[in-house]
Order: sequence, then structure tokens, then C-alpha cells
Amino acid sequence: MKQTTAVVIGAGHAGLAMSRRLTERSIDHVVLERGEVANSWRTQRWPSLRLLTPNWQTRLPGHDYAGDHPDGFMPVADVVATISRYARLVRAPVCTATTVHTVRATPQGFRIRANDDLLGARAVVLATGACNQPAIPAAASAVPASITTITPLTYRDPGQLPDGGVLVVGASATGVQLAGEIHRSGRPVTLAAGEHVRLPRTYRGRDIFWWLQATGLLTERHDQIDDLTRARHLPSPQLTGTSQAAITDLNMLAAAGVRIVGRLGRIADGVAQFSGSLPNTCTLADLKMNRFLTRADQWATASGLDDELPPPHRFAPTRVDPRTPLELNLASGEITTVLWATGFRPDHSWLDIPVRDRSGRIRHDGGVVTGAPGLYLLGLPVLRTRASTYIHGAGADSAALADHLHSFLSSGHR
Amino acid sequence: MTMTDNPVDNGVNVQALLGAREALSATPEAADFTWRASCTWQNGTHSRSTVDSFTGLGAEQQHRVTYEFDVDHPECFASEDNGATPVEYILVGLAGCLTAGVASVAQFRGIQLRSVTAAIEGQMNVLGILGADPDIRNGFEAITVRFAIDADASRDDLQALIAQAQKRSAVFDVVANPTKVLVELA
Repeated sequence: MKQTTAVVIGAGHAGLAMSRRLTERSIDHVVLERGEVANSWRTQRWPSLRLLTPNWQTRLPGHDYAGDHPDGFMPVADVVATISRYARLVRAPVCTATTVHTVRATPQGFRIRANDDLLGARAVVLATGACNQPAIPAAASAVPASITTITPLTYRDPGQLPDGGVLVVGASATGVQLAGEIHRSGRPVTLAAGEHVRLPRTYRGRDIFWWLQATGLLTERHDQIDDLTRARHLPSPQLTGTSQAAITDLNMLAAAGVRIVGRLGRIADGVAQFSGSLPNTCTLADLKMNRFLTRADQWATASGLDDELPPPHRFAPTRVDPRTPLELNLASGEITTVLWATGFRPDHSWLDIPVRDRSGRIRHDGGVVTGAPGLYLLGLPVLRTRASTYIHGAGADSAALADHLHSFLSSGHR
Repeated sequence: MTMTDNPVDNGVNVQALLGAREALSATPEAADFTWRASCTWQNGTHSRSTVDSFTGLGAEQQHRVTYEFDVDHPECFASEDNGATPVEYILVGLAGCLTAGVASVAQFRGIQLRSVTAAIEGQMNVLGILGADPDIRNGFEAITVRFAIDADASRDDLQALIAQAQKRSAVFDVVANPTKVLVELA
């Protein structure tokens, strides 16, 4: 069995940032990658997707954005190029086309079976991403067989969908972007919106991520967040990587002709039933957005920036059509496609170590896995701070976890 | 100034609720509750339901006393009007649930309430239950709840209060979302 000090699983932005941190600390390691560097970005993202974060924020340890459009938003192809360039820059020891089948704990540390080889290591960093599998609601099993169903992992463009109406389930960034794109292709779109996060792209002349960073929201630590479980499972904000519109929200979609309905409850005899709670979920999202804008305004005043910035304002409340239907007959032929934009979950099914809670999620404290010394998690939403959800969050997270890993090795434990 | 100089007291024990959330997260079996009522036909459309026990916290639990509810229909339906109609009990349940939520959330957020009243209405076209028009559903077309709240808080804070009360309401969820219902012969 080959032996190394640390194994990083996954050569995306998070795994590569960790590789750089380990190299900085002279910790011998390999990065195992099932496909190529930035594999999920190459194979599981639709081409029109752009990062939600502006280019100036898309930085990794030792690598800042150096292009000509700091206020632009990177398309998927550029994300792939950036991460690939980063892998070369940090000379990451990546083994591509190397699929991890099991990770087990041993008295000496960990034993990893990858392809047909066994590899021993004292520490393992799981950096395989947050979006490996679509999270699809149980109601999916009752969709009539005549209907095409698709998830964002395999969606590429509206041309791959049959003609006819499309029910997009979920109003996160993904749901809102895809509802807009499919609607523009001429297909009538119905968007089922449960709890969602409404945020403007720009406010008072600055990008929302400028405000999220300036007000300190992004650097809020996991152990300072009141309801961490909720924070980790919030849908992504209804943002689009474009500065063409100040806000891309349900009002904009409704004005364009997208029909907005409530959260999908169940499908009975081919009839989809939607929650009557839509007015309240919209009110909650409006209130939450306005609370953040108030916090932003207070911060701007306290920082003496009110003369520099355009004056505060508020966006129109989300309008809910009082005639919003509660049911939609999926068997009538009106709908030909259901797109599940209902979120994603990581896939750690190959991890054969008892570290999960009753919901099957790995227990951890800011990325330090509970009950398995030497095991770390990286690249998950709100892992250590709210910034962990985004690419640049891997910078601080990998530094903190590499420090922890380094002291773990130095402690001579195991 | 300390917190105790200006105590907010809506009669809700927030500490106990937060403690319960913590404890029940650690022992999820105890969080499984079964609520029950039993109903006995009296005569005509009149029935009487009683509520006295429920299961929760891993054990059988008793209400302090047995509660009784007469259910009937009004005289304009050729009934004797011995009690509220079943659909009015739904309104009572929703209003009670939302109001409990308003008090609890206000306590948690440090908002002193002086008065809370809710006017609740359910619109229904009875041609549905009479089977006279297949396009009309049996149940409410819509329910509206109007809260009048006197409290030391801004209108935005009160708006947030009733939004959160809806979000955490069991009856709101039951009314607004599909629920599996199984009715069978004993």
C-alpha cells in the first residue's frame, strides 16, 4: 500500500486551495480527482451560467483576478480555465481519472481505495463539492410518465426540452435563471416558489457582494450564526451574473409572463398541488431583503459614505396575483417538462466512517469532522463563514483547516 | 440598565421553548407527537368531540381537564345549531395557532404586546358541498386573517411578527398544504 501524509479528494477550487496550503506547510499530499480538474464545472453546469460573485471577488489563495472586467461575472468556461490555471500555478499533485471508492479509518489513520489502488494517509480532506446530486422532492415519483423531467446537472439549454409548457420547481438562483432562460425560448413557464432569498444585484450603485462583504455579513462565523442549520440550507439568493438588471426577482419574471405559483406540495392523480403560503413566503423574502438593506444603509452612514453613494431606496414589494392557481393538471398536455431546481446535496457515499447524524449529514465543527481526528470537510455552504458558500471563501477556510491539520500531525496523534 | 429593568412579558416561557428545541433535537424520538380527538354523533348534524390526551415526549400525556366541543350546523341549513360548524372550528384553530405564534415570536424578539385581536374569515361557495357545481371545490376558496396588534413596535416589526407566526404555524401549514388523510372503518 502506498503511503502519503494527506489526501485531498476533489480537484475543484476548494481542493486546490487546500493543496496550496499543504504545500506551504510542506505537508506531503496528493489530490485525487475522479475526472479532470474542475470536473463539475466542466460536466455538470449549463453553459449560460455565470458566477453570482463578481470577478474581483473570485480569488483563491495566491491568485487574484487580473482580467479587464473586475465588475463582470465569469461564465462557466472561464471558471474552468481559472481553476485549471490555478492547479498549474500551485503545482497541485493531482491524480486525474482517479475515482475514490471507499475511505476507511485504520489505527494508523485512513485507508483510501481509489481505482484499483490502496493508499494510506494520516489525514483526509473531503473537497468533493456541495452539488454532486440533485435534491429532488418525494413528489417527483408521482409525475406522469408522459412528462420529461430534468435537473440542472443535466440541463444545457432550452433546445433540449420538448416543445410545450415547463414547470420549474424551486426559486433559488438556479430556478429563477432557468425559468427566465426557458421562458425566453418561447416555452410557457410556471415557477413553483417556496421559501426563497430575494436580493438585488446592485444597490446604491454597488454590487450586492460589495455590500455583503463591507457590512461584515460574509465573514460571520459559523459559531456566531443563530440558526446554523437554517443558514446552511438556505436556497441561493435570486441573483444572476449580469449587471443588466438591478434585480432579477419574481416580479421581473411575472412581468415577463412567467406564472408564479406556491411551493409544490404533492402530485395526486396527475394534478400538482401548490401551497397557499405564497403570499407569506414572498412577504418573508421582502422583509429579509429590506432588513439587509437597512443594515447596509446604517453601515454606510456610520462609515461616512452617504455623500459618495446614491441615496437609499427600496424595491417594490413582491406582487402575488390573487388568482394564483393552487392546482395544475400535469396530465392535460399543457406541461411537457418538469425541471427540478430544488437544490443539491453533496455525495459522500464512499466515506465508510461513522460520522453522520440521523439525517445522513457529516457532523463537523467548521470543517473539522467530529469523531474522526484527521478528517476534514471543505467547500460546503456556510462551512466556517457565510463566505464559505462562494469560491473566495475557500481561501480563509483552507488556511484555518490546514493549520488544524498541521497541528494534528505535529501532535503525534496516531 | 440591565434587561430586567424593562422586562417584556407576554406570558410565554421562551427559555422553556428554546430548551425544548435543544432537548428534542438531541432525542428526536421524543419529538414525535400524536394529537387526537374523539367524536360521537348526537343527533342530526350534531356531534360532540372530546379532547383529553395526546402522545408526546415518549409518553402518554393528559390535558388538565377534558375539553368538549359541540359541532352542528345553523338553522338555515335545517339544523339545530347546537354548536359551531366544522369549518368554523378550522378558523378557530388557525386563529389560535397564529395568535400563539404572534405571542411567542414577540416574546422572543422582545416586543411587549398590549392587545392582539384577529378577525378571520373563510370564503366558501356551498354549491360545492351540495354537489350542485362540479367546478366549485368543497373547501374554502380563500381564508383571510386580519390582525390588530397594539404593541411597542414599528409596523415593519409587526409585519415581520405575523410573517414569522405563519411560517412556524402548524395549522397554517395544514390548511395551506396538502396532507395525507386516511379515513377507514374500524
